[in-house]
Amino acid sequence: MKKIATRDAYGEALVELGRENPDVVVLDADLAKSTKTIGFAKYFPERFFDMGIAEQNMIGTAAGLAAAGKIPFCSTFAIFATGRAFEIIRNSVAYSRLNVKIAASHAGITVGEDGGSHQSVEDIALMRSLPNMTVFVPADAVETRAAVRAAVQIQGPVYIRLGRPGVPVLHGDDFHFEPGRAVTMREGNDATIIATGIMVATALEAAGLLEQEGIRVRVVNMHTIKPLDEEAVIAAARETGVIVTAEEHSVIGGLGGAVAETVCARHPVPVYRVGVPDVFGESGKPGELLEKYGLTAAHLAARVREAVKRKGNK
Amino acid sequence: MPVKFFVQGVFKMDGEKIKRLEEKAREIRRHIIRMTGAAGSGHPGGSLSSADIVTALYFEVMRIDPKNPRWPGRDRFVLSKGHAAPLLYAALAERGFFPVEDLLTLRRLGSPLQGHPDMKKLPGVEMSTGSLGQGLACANGMALAARLDGRDYRVYVLLGDGEIQEGMVWEAAMAAAHYRLDNVTAFLDHNGLQIDGPVARVMSVEPVAEKWRAFGWDVQVIDGHNMEEILQSVEKARAVRGKPQMIVAETVKGKGVSFMENMVEWHGVAPKPDEVERALAELA
Repeated sequence: MKKIATRDAYGEALVELGRENPDVVVLDADLAKSTKTIGFAKYFPERFFDMGIAEQNMIGTAAGLAAAGKIPFCSTFAIFATGRAFEIIRNSVAYSRLNVKIAASHAGITVGEDGGSHQSVEDIALMRSLPNMTVFVPADAVETRAAVRAAVQIQGPVYIRLGRPGVPVLHGDDFHFEPGRAVTMREGNDATIIATGIMVATALEAAGLLEQEGIRVRVVNMHTIKPLDEEAVIAAARETGVIVTAEEHSVIGGLGGAVAETVCARHPVPVYRVGVPDVFGESGKPGELLEKYGLTAAHLAARVREAVKRKGNK
Repeated sequence: MPVKFFVQGVFKMDGEKIKRLEEKAREIRRHIIRMTGAAGSGHPGGSLSSADIVTALYFEVMRIDPKNPRWPGRDRFVLSKGHAAPLLYAALAERGFFPVEDLLTLRRLGSPLQGHPDMKKLPGVEMSTGSLGQGLACANGMALAARLDGRDYRVYVLLGDGEIQEGMVWEAAMAAAHYRLDNVTAFLDHNGLQIDGPVARVMSVEPVAEKWRAFGWDVQVIDGHNMEEILQSVEKARAVRGKPQMIVAETVKGKGVSFMENMVEWHGVAPKPDEVERALAELA
């Protein structure tokens, strides 16, 4: 299957948007080559601002640009975009619902060799805790392009989580992206995997493995963490009786947290969260890290098997 | 007081105008006392210290239209030291953005006059501020947008001297000079006091003028309570090309109310009813 990094798709989408919309401006914090904003910088130098290694100032400047009618996209690594600049995002952007888009790359443990200091596994939790914020975690290149376009249509702050390595392209060109509306990638009634980002492809692989054993798993692609598609979550709970969430993020506060909060309140069934356990990451190849922290199709299938078994013993 | 930095022919001083602005500043100081007194909380000290600067901006310098607060060509003012909200609200009300009577709703549930400025709730507020250190970056963003849109509006921003202990202020200072934002004029309310005590004792920010100059800014130092000097410094700043401008305003915290002046205790404490009366008598 063809692989494209979501950050690459972002870079291309920005150039398209730059052509179409003169109000789109881009800010980066000395990582334009890595975040792929470099393409926009090349075509639209007057609308590209390198803010240097100063993420707080990048977000604050974007707030001012937005207050004056621009549509700024801010990019850097997710750890700095959401962690270093968190309180600026809260008070200068989200509090006033300013039209700032934060498209952060190198999220999750697949940053790899740079190690735990650079592996953002808290960013979804941070961003979804903010009122007015929309949170997109695209699964592939097609979804990324669509999410970037959707972000421009939304009046208010949007966080888009992007990754470093190439990931399989899951959608055809006819894919329709609707913010806040989950996509059922595969039908099944024995259990549901609700996955986001790069874990959608892994979930599909896991579902394939389980099918060989006669376990039919529904796979839901939750590309929007906020606003969460609660109806898709409740339907999964009601119709399949057990949910396993899958995300390249801490098991605390991200997709798993959001799904569990919804299920607890509206249709209690067991929810098992697959993600990075409550630890910091470390250096290694992305594949090795995914294996170590249990984010492979085999691990995910094992968790689903266990979940289905427990459901049966109820 | 001798006039510093007077630029011959650029700006003609008009005694009547100065008197009118000084009276307006007194009126705004009276509002600050009444508002914080009625609210029972708030920040009178730093509101009083920068009252002359903000009066000059709203009643003489800035190109604004209270009937059309979102007019794209307007000059902008960002109150980076957002705790001086009573001052901003008093200036906006006096300038006609909303009824003066509303000032007494400061900090009450449901009032658009939040404890710190909220741009979504009150017309005329250009940026929600209060978390210190963020306003200059926002002002820079507006200034960049002006350049992109080919508009000639200017962005004014007011910082506190304690506030510039925030590292982000210096990130923004660097960026404004790097992008040659000569449409940004900042004031530093240099009153020398912050909540925990004298700035010099809590965390010295000196030498401020040299620091801003080293960061690539045009710097003036003025008496922040002398209306004539304030106006002249703005006029001089507006003539600067290729550099943002910092006007370090030497001020007195609590200015205008004898028992508040230079008293750190009045940073964030509201006057009680008898203190309101005494203060108003002094400001009459």
